[in-house]
Amino acid sequence: MSLSIGFWLLAIVAVGAALTVVVVKDVFRSALSLVLSLVAVAGVYITLSADFLAGVQILVYVGAISILLIIGIMLTREVQQGAPANKLRIPAFLVAVVFFGVMCFVFLQTPWVQASVAPVTPTAAPLADRLFSQNGYLLTVEIAGVLLLAAIIGAIALARDK
Amino acid sequence: MVGLGHYLVLSAVLFSIGLYGVLSKRNAIAILLCIEIMLNAVNIAMAAFSRYGTPVALTGQIFALFIMVVAAAEAAVGMAIIIAIYRSRGSIDATKIDLMKW
Repeated sequence: MSLSIGFWLLAIVAVGAALTVVVVKDVFRSALSLVLSLVAVAGVYITLSADFLAGVQILVYVGAISILLIIGIMLTREVQQGAPANKLRIPAFLVAVVFFGVMCFVFLQTPWVQASVAPVTPTAAPLADRLFSQNGYLLTVEIAGVLLLAAIIGAIALARDK
Repeated sequence: MVGLGHYLVLSAVLFSIGLYGVLSKRNAIAILLCIEIMLNAVNIAMAAFSRYGTPVALTGQIFALFIMVVAAAEAAVGMAIIIAIYRSRGSIDATKIDLMKW
């Protein structure tokens, strides 16, 4: 029961903050609202008994990515303009509504196969087992590391002062 | 009782909000913010499938972790591109970045 109340509270906060990100004119305020939405999504992970994922969400999204975006906003401030909508506002709204309708139809019509087993908690140790074991995702972890290195080098090369 | 359907609909709502923002915003950084919302929506769906579909194997959560890795790389490179464009053109209005437009 408390899980349901938590889910509804967090879902309302996440959706409201995401709407604020889209609606508000000032880019800086929409970035701060995005941070609130990310924190609410971390709470949603906790209601899904994904505790490690919630921690990583706080560390990576709330801690790192939002700071990067806010620094970017400060470096490229266009105070007089804000974030106005372009000419495609109404078609974009229609596309989003149609997409939402199609996704809801698919989600609610599909007979999902659901396991009756209780989820494992805490998830950090089993996740590490799956990620680093011999027949797990070890190669993918290595490739993710190479991808991050390439992204760092690319970002430095792109943003360097020539 | 909250079930798989609730989480999937929440994910669809967040993804649609992000989609509208990506298509309708002018400021390139605002577009990046909306892309982050969309990636988060996908992660919610992944975590929900992990909770209700594979609660012991945790496959969905592992997918979500890799999505976060790619999102971090995407944010870093995207911000670098936006800063480079701002330096050379003095504006990050996505409707005016049309160097490669035919």
